[in-house]
Amino acid sequence: MNGPRKPVALNIQSETDIVLARTAGKEMAQAMGFGLVDQTRIATGISELARNILQYARRGHIRLEAVNRNGRQGLEILAEDNGPGIANVRSVLEGSHHSHKGLGLGIPGTRRLMDEFDLASEPGGGTRVRCVKWL
Amino acid sequence: MSRIPVMKLKNILVVSLQVDLHDRLALELQDDVLRGLSRTGARGLLIDVSGIDVVDSFLGRILGETARMAGLMGARTVLVGVSPAVAITLVELGLSLPDVKTALNLEKGLDLLESSLQ
Repeated sequence: MNGPRKPVALNIQSETDIVLARTAGKEMAQAMGFGLVDQTRIATGISELARNILQYARRGHIRLEAVNRNGRQGLEILAEDNGPGIANVRSVLEGSHHSHKGLGLGIPGTRRLMDEFDLASEPGGGTRVRCVKWL
Repeated sequence: MSRIPVMKLKNILVVSLQVDLHDRLALELQDDVLRGLSRTGARGLLIDVSGIDVVDSFLGRILGETARMAGLMGARTVLVGVSPAVAITLVELGLSLPDVKTALNLEKGLDLLESSLQ
């Protein structure tokens, strides 16, 4: 049994912060006992979410936390910003939205890497993504 | 600011990624590789990613673009050292690299390039 993990809060406002965030996520996943493939899924998902924050909102934060539901351990990633928000959430989730900066893979790709994925956003109201990978 | 070394081996440029790249470093690497191809006239490009833990959609896109650009300059690219975890993650992300040939490791990649350049 791995020991309890303290939540980690990370500010995202530069490219270096993307690297720091995914490294922190990988370390936390490793400490919780996730295997290498899941560590990589988690680190990659964090990288995508952090880059979205930087590209669209310029700053925001990511919080990583070990969660426990019905005796099951998981790593929760919460990515929040107060940026312009997303007008058409559905097209972004489906990957039919292709931004000029990316390939539109970030959100639908992260959704596939995680076990749970919720996105809440509205134009002018910022964006909040919560996802969980279960151990 | 540190940069990723680009080495020349016969008529092949070899790049080995050993540190976690932030976005600007990845773009600088693309620039350095293309300049290297132009300067040396190398006809092959070998990119080794065995030393990195994470290839996200940004780095994946840069690698794919670099291979395409190298192709326009007359060089073939082989990507080597993709770990099982990175392969799984790239496919789940939905990133395909149609223009990039791959090989398991540096040695096999070198063989592939040399035979295709003969």
